[in-house]
Amino acid sequence: MTLALPATEISAKLEAQFPGSLVESSGNTIVVKPESIFQIASFLKNTPGFDFDYLNFITAVDYNTYFELVYYLVSLEHNHGLILKTRCTDRENPTVPSVVSLWNGANFQEREVYDLMGIKFEGHPNLKRIMLWDGFQGHPLRKDYKIQ
Amino acid sequence: MTFKTEPFVVNAGPQHPSTHGLFRMRFTLDGEVIQDVEPVFGYLHRGIEKLAEGLNYTQDIVFTDRMDYLTSMSNNQAYVMAVEKLAGIQVPERAEYLRVIMTELMRISSHLMTVGFLLNELGAFMTPLLYMFREREKILDLFEMVCGQRLTYNYLRIGGVSQDIPEEFLPALKKYIDSLPGFIAEYDQLLAENEILLMRTKNIGILKRETAINCSISGPVLRASGVKWDIRKADPYSIYDRFDFDVPVGAVGDIYDRYRMRIEEMHQSIRIIKQAMAQIPSGEIQSKVPRVLRPPKGEAYGHIEAPKGELGFYLVSDGSTNPYRYHVRPSSFINLQVLRELMTGVKIADAIVIFGSIDICLGEVDR
Repeated sequence: MTLALPATEISAKLEAQFPGSLVESSGNTIVVKPESIFQIASFLKNTPGFDFDYLNFITAVDYNTYFELVYYLVSLEHNHGLILKTRCTDRENPTVPSVVSLWNGANFQEREVYDLMGIKFEGHPNLKRIMLWDGFQGHPLRKDYKIQ
Repeated sequence: MTFKTEPFVVNAGPQHPSTHGLFRMRFTLDGEVIQDVEPVFGYLHRGIEKLAEGLNYTQDIVFTDRMDYLTSMSNNQAYVMAVEKLAGIQVPERAEYLRVIMTELMRISSHLMTVGFLLNELGAFMTPLLYMFREREKILDLFEMVCGQRLTYNYLRIGGVSQDIPEEFLPALKKYIDSLPGFIAEYDQLLAENEILLMRTKNIGILKRETAINCSISGPVLRASGVKWDIRKADPYSIYDRFDFDVPVGAVGDIYDRYRMRIEEMHQSIRIIKQAMAQIPSGEIQSKVPRVLRPPKGEAYGHIEAPKGELGFYLVSDGSTNPYRYHVRPSSFINLQVLRELMTGVKIADAIVIFGSIDICLGEVDR
């Protein structure tokens, strides 16, 4: 059974390493500040004992007042998983650091989130639309997108 | 004397016999050698994730059928599992067994197609593929017997399955399952001892273990690279902890290993189906689920080992009848990320075979 790592245990370690970057933690979910997502993802990937070598998926949810980015991290070695989240309150120009340099598996998925939800990933090698064509206006998965 | 040469760009697709759907690869070629490849997709994008937000949880099952249309039953299962997790619904024993039988049959049928198409791309045009179609046809007959459909089954329901199997199903399934290993062995012998096939597949398109993990690859492609990772074993869902089966793992990670995985996995699926047929209890096939389902606020991720890799659904509920967010973790789409790593530096003829060995379905890539 893929073990859902208890967030409280990890959040204590993260708080010691990156003070002030945690927003909240409950169950097996940790919410961090968007500007520190890269450092924390890198720490989780490279720290022995965590070894999150496999990025299962990235997605984003539009909660009207903020966007929530969801990263599901898995360690194939230890068979445990953790949900890492971050929130962007800026609707006009939401930006978070890209994690492609840590996991290449983020490449297409970050492009998909950019295309459909309109969140920019800083440092992505090729951030352009992936499902829709280049001249498309708007980002359809946003809740305020008008369907014609 | 030196010639002035420059790389040139060739588009394979969107209409191309080897792309299994509408898909384009922009090759930058230096002579016959690929310098760079850029996959372009979206030709089949129907906005399923957005459409699903406008319909209720039960209506959303039909979209899953239309994602990877070669593995509809598996898609159904991943989705209904996510909803059941979200709403805390229990599934009756008999329905669990029926689901296992159907999804394992689906795996066999999908792998038959993969192997058939792979050979098609190697130049064995149509003949091997049509033998595969013949065997797949028998699986479709079984599905038709169960739910009346041959392509988009929509058989699984939240909390069970739509209808019980008819009396003649299990004997027909037994007859088919008993005949299948002989067919696969005969077929495998014809091919795996074929010198041309070995030359075209061995040590070509090698995907290293570290690259596979880093690119989030899943399913037979990941296992061919030597990673023993199967959701049925790593995170047993449904009733998979009751069955005895092995997870085949490759040694090299080349095209041949990926071909081998499919053949071995078909044998393992047969083992699982035989055990399920022996254990299946009688009883209910559907638990009590409210007609208008309103799962409590929250989120859930349900995932299964689909034939092409890990298929997952991440659902967010706001307490209403429709999902607030319906995200698909598509195995085909994520597995495609490895194209550039695999194709750079190989000849264009091999690129087509490498593409076939990854096994994607554009319905799931584009959604």
